[in-house]
Amino acid sequence: MAQRAVAIAPRWPGAAAAALVLVLTIGTLAAVGWRAAWQGGLTPADWAAVRFTVIQALVSAGLSVLLAIPVARALARRQFRGRAALITLMGAPFLLPVVVAVIGLLAVFGRAGMVNSALAWLGLPAISIFGFHGVVLAHVFFNVPLAIRLILQGWLSIPAERFRLAASLNAPVGRLLEWPMLRAVVPGVFLVIFLICLTSFAVALTLGGGPRATTVELAIYQALRFDFDLGRAALLACVQFGLCVVAAAIVWRMSLVDAMGAGLDRTVQRWDLRWPVLDYLMIGLVAVFLFTPLGMVVWRGVPGLALLPAEVWAAAGRSVIVAVASALLCTSMALALALRGGRMVAITGVLPLAASGLVVGTGAFLLVYPLINPARLALPVTVLVNAVLALPFALRAIGQAVAGVERDFARLGASLGLSRWGWVGIVVLPRIRRPLGFGAGLAAALSMGDLGVITLFAGEAQQTLPLAMYRLMGAYRMEAAAGAALVLLALSLAAFWICDQGGRGNADL
Amino acid sequence: MQKSIYLPLVAGFALCASGTSAQTPVLQVMTYDSFVSEWGPGPAIAAAFEQTCGCDLQFIGTGDGAALLARLQLEGPRTEADIVLGLDTNLIAAARETGLFAPHRVTADLDLPITWDDPEFLPFDWGYFAFVGNAGAEAPISLRALADSDIRIVIQDPRSSTPGLGLLMWVKTAYPDSAAELWADLADNIVTVTPGWSEAYGLFLEGEADAVLSYTTSPAYHLIAEEDDSKVAWAFDEGHYMQVEVAAKVAGTDQPELADQFLAFMVSDAFQSIIPETNWMYPAVVPEGGLPAGFETLITPATALLLSPEEAAAIRDVALDEWRNALSQ
Amino acid sequence: MLICEALVIEQDDFRLTADVTFDKGKITALIGPSGAGKSTLLAALAGFLAPASGRVLWRDMDLTPVPPGARPISAIFQDNNLFPHLTIAQNVGLGLRPTWHLTADERGCVERALSSVGLAGLGARKPAALSGGQQSRAALARVLLADRPVVLLDEPFAALGPGLKDEMLDLVQSTLGVAGRTVLMVTHDPDDARRIADQASLVAAGTVSAPVETRVFFEAPSPALSAYLG
Repeated sequence: MAQRAVAIAPRWPGAAAAALVLVLTIGTLAAVGWRAAWQGGLTPADWAAVRFTVIQALVSAGLSVLLAIPVARALARRQFRGRAALITLMGAPFLLPVVVAVIGLLAVFGRAGMVNSALAWLGLPAISIFGFHGVVLAHVFFNVPLAIRLILQGWLSIPAERFRLAASLNAPVGRLLEWPMLRAVVPGVFLVIFLICLTSFAVALTLGGGPRATTVELAIYQALRFDFDLGRAALLACVQFGLCVVAAAIVWRMSLVDAMGAGLDRTVQRWDLRWPVLDYLMIGLVAVFLFTPLGMVVWRGVPGLALLPAEVWAAAGRSVIVAVASALLCTSMALALALRGGRMVAITGVLPLAASGLVVGTGAFLLVYPLINPARLALPVTVLVNAVLALPFALRAIGQAVAGVERDFARLGASLGLSRWGWVGIVVLPRIRRPLGFGAGLAAALSMGDLGVITLFAGEAQQTLPLAMYRLMGAYRMEAAAGAALVLLALSLAAFWICDQGGRGNADL
Repeated sequence: MQKSIYLPLVAGFALCASGTSAQTPVLQVMTYDSFVSEWGPGPAIAAAFEQTCGCDLQFIGTGDGAALLARLQLEGPRTEADIVLGLDTNLIAAARETGLFAPHRVTADLDLPITWDDPEFLPFDWGYFAFVGNAGAEAPISLRALADSDIRIVIQDPRSSTPGLGLLMWVKTAYPDSAAELWADLADNIVTVTPGWSEAYGLFLEGEADAVLSYTTSPAYHLIAEEDDSKVAWAFDEGHYMQVEVAAKVAGTDQPELADQFLAFMVSDAFQSIIPETNWMYPAVVPEGGLPAGFETLITPATALLLSPEEAAAIRDVALDEWRNALSQ
Repeated sequence: MLICEALVIEQDDFRLTADVTFDKGKITALIGPSGAGKSTLLAALAGFLAPASGRVLWRDMDLTPVPPGARPISAIFQDNNLFPHLTIAQNVGLGLRPTWHLTADERGCVERALSSVGLAGLGARKPAALSGGQQSRAALARVLLADRPVVLLDEPFAALGPGLKDEMLDLVQSTLGVAGRTVLMVTHDPDDARRIADQASLVAAGTVSAPVETRVFFEAPSPALSAYLG
C-alpha cells in the first residue's frame, strides 16, 4: 500500500475551498450559459479576437521572459546596496491597478509624455502608445517584475556548491548549470504570464486603439454589455478556458516553477564574473522602465490630493476592508488547498487564471440575484471573487512551503501525536509565515484595485476607491482622480508591504 | 494577532446591509453611476424629492447607460427598481423589448428641438454630441473636414458607451449611404477607442488627442466650474446628433403612485434646475430661472439629428459592422 | 516484548522480512550495510509505512492499525528532530502534550527533563542557538518526557564527532536504559553497539535476524555479519 508519510492535516477545509473555487469559476460559467438564449455561434469578429488574444499574449509573455532573464541573472550574481529594496519595489507594477498604471504609462509613452517630448527635442518623429505595441508594452510593464522574481528564484535554487564545483573544474557555468535551470524554469514562467495576458481586459480596452485590438475578454464584455448575448459570452468564456487548457497542457510536461517570494535576499558567490557594467546596465534600464511611470503617477497625483472630497476617503476605507478580507480569505483557501494536496487541488488552484473575471461577476450576479438584492452583497461578492482570482498566486507561494514543511517534519509531527489542527497551528502556520505574508499581500493589493466585479454589483453606498476614482473622472474631475490614483497606488503597495513584512518579522526559520 | 484578524472580516460583512425603515415607503431608482455620484445630480435630487414625497429615494447605480440596460436585462421582471433613469434613444428599442415598462402619465411642455411623444419613456435632459477641442487650435467645420484633416481625436467604443453609439448614429444619419467611407477616412484620425466617456475625456485632457467626442455642453463645465474658457465644441455643417436621456416606470413596481409622482417631479423646476450644473446637459424643461450663466456661450447646432428608437435599432448592426471593418484595417 | 510477526515490508522493488522479538527493557542495536532496510524497519514500527503483510505486536496488542501518534513508541530521526521556530522548552514540552501552552507543573517536568540531559536553563533558546550535541540532548529530553515504553533511534548521533557521540550514547544508556525503555538503535558502527547495546541484530540481504546478546553477536559472528564487518 503506497501512502503519504502521514496525512495529519485536516482535509475538509481543502474540499470546501476547492468547492468554492469550482462554484465561482465553472459554476458561474454554467449560470451564464443556463440563463442564455442561444442565438447561434461565434462571429468572424470573435475569431479575430481569439487570434489577436493569442498573438499578443505570446508576444507579451515572450518579451517579458526575454527581458527578465538577463536582469534576473544580474540580480542573482551582484550584491549592492539597496538590492533587497529594489527587488521588493520591482514587484510594484504587478500589484498596480490597471487604471493607475495606464496613467503612468501614458505620462511616459503618451503623445505628451516624456519619451515623445525627448524625441521631438531630437527632431525625431513621435511614437504612439496605442495599438498592438501599446498592449504589449503595458503587459510587459506589468509582468516583467513577476518574470524576474520567478527566474531569480530559479537562479538562487542552484546550490552554491555547484558553482564552486564548476569553478574548480573550470567548466562553463552557463551550459552546465544555468541553461538546464532555465530550461526547467522558463516554460512555467512563460505559461503564467501567457495566461495572465490571455485574460487581459482593461489594458486592451484603453491602449488597444480600436476594434482591431479586441481580446476575448473584451469580446465577452461587449457580448454582455452591448448585445446582452449571454450565450455568446458563455461560448467565448469556454474558448478562453480552452486556450488556457491547451497552453497548460503543452507546458505541463515541462517542469513548473518553484516557489516564489521567499528567500530572494541572498546572492551566490561566483567565480566567473566579468563585465559588471553590463549587469548594472540591465538592472538600471529595467528599473527606469518600471519606476518612471510609477514616479509619474505620484507626480501627477500630489496636486490632486488636496482636491479629494471626504467621500473618497470613506471609499478608501471600504477598499482597505475589502482588501483585508480578501487577503484573509485568499490565504485561508490557499492554505486549505495546500494542506490537502494532490493533483485535483493543483488544477483547482490554477482554474481562476483561466476564468473570465466578467463571466465570474455576471454568473455570481445571476446566482445571487434570486436570493438577495445584489447591491447588498456588493462588498462580500467583491471580496469573494477577488480572493478566488488571486488564489493561483497565493497558492503558488504557499503550496511549496507547505510541501517543504511536510517533507521535513511530517514524521516528527505524527510521532508526537499532534492533532490535525495542532499540526496546522503549532507547526505549519509558524513555518510558512513568509510565503503566507507574501500571498496575503498579493491578494490584498490585487483586490484593492479591483474595478471589475464591483461595477456590476455596487449600489449607492458601496463605492470603493477605484470606483470613486472612476466616478471622479466621470464628473470631469480629472485632477482629483489623479489624486485618488495616487492614494490607490500607495494603499496597494502599503498593503503588500505590511503583509510581506509581517511574514518576515522575528521569524526563526 | 490570531484573534484580531477576524474583526475586519466581520466588519466587512456588516457593512453590506443597508438599513431600511419599515414605515417609510422606498422608491428605488436604477440609474448610471455618474448620476449617483457625489458630484452628479443624484444627492440634490433625492433631497428635493424627499421633501415632498414622504418617502425614501434610493439610487441603484450601475456603470453607464449601456450597463444600465444590461443590468436590467439580467434582473428581468423581478427587478426591485421602480424607475429606470438614464437610457437614451439608442437604447430605448431594446429596453422596450424587455416589456418591463409601463406608460407614464405625464404631460409636460418639453423644450426639445424635436417633438417627443413616446408613451413610456420620458426625457429628463438632452444634449448634442460634439467634438470638444482646445480654443485657438484648428477647428474643422464638418465630419468630412475632420476626416480629411490630420487632427487627432479620441472616441468611445459604440459597443460599450452611449456617446460611442451616438457617434455611430451621427455618422450614419449624416452619411446614410457613405458611412463606411467616412469611417475609413476617419480611421487615421482616431488615436484610440476607449470603453467609456471618462477614459476618453481623460486622455484628451492629458494631451493625448486634439479633440474628444463629448457634448456641446462640455465647455460649460470648464467655464463655470473651473473658470477656464480654453475648451470649445466644434460646430459641424452636417448637423449634430442628439442624445435624449429618458426615464420610465417599471411595470411591476410595488410603488406605482410614488413612481408616477417621481416622473411628474422629474419634469418640474425642482429637478430640472439641478441638471445643467451637475449632469452638464440641457434640461428637458427649461426651469423658470432659465439656464445658468455660461450656457449662452455654447454653440447651437443649426440642424438637430435624431433617429427614432426603432430606426436606430434597425440600422445599429449594419452601422456597427461598417465601423468595425473600417477601423480594423 | 516488541514482536515483528511475519512482517513483510515492500517499497518499489525492495523487500524486507522480519520475524523477530525484541526483549522488553533492552537496548537492541540494528546493524547492517546502508540500504539494507534498517531505517525502513523503524519506519514500519513507528507506523509511517504500512506493511505488505504481517503484524507488529506490543504486549499482545496489534499495533498495525494504530496511527503513529497513538503507538507506545517515540522516535529520534537522523535530522529534523526539533521544530526550529519553537523554543527548546516548547519542543520538549510537545513530548508531554501536543499543545502550545503547558501548566506550571508541566513546565517543571520539562525543566527536570532538560536538567537530566544537561540542558538546565537553556529552555528559552531556539534550536538554532544550540550546538549539534545540545540539539540531540533536547530531542532525548523530549523522548524521556514522552514516557512511551519503546524508543526508536535512527542514527540520531551520526553527525556528531566521536567523543560527543560516545557521550550521547552513554546518556541514552543512563537515561532510557535506566528507565527500562525498550530501545531499538540503528547504527553502522559496531563500536556503538558494543558500547551500550544489550543485544544486536543484523539487517542484511532483505531479512532481519533474531537479536543476540551483543558479546556473542561479535565474538561468534554469522557469515553475513562477517561479510559486513569485513
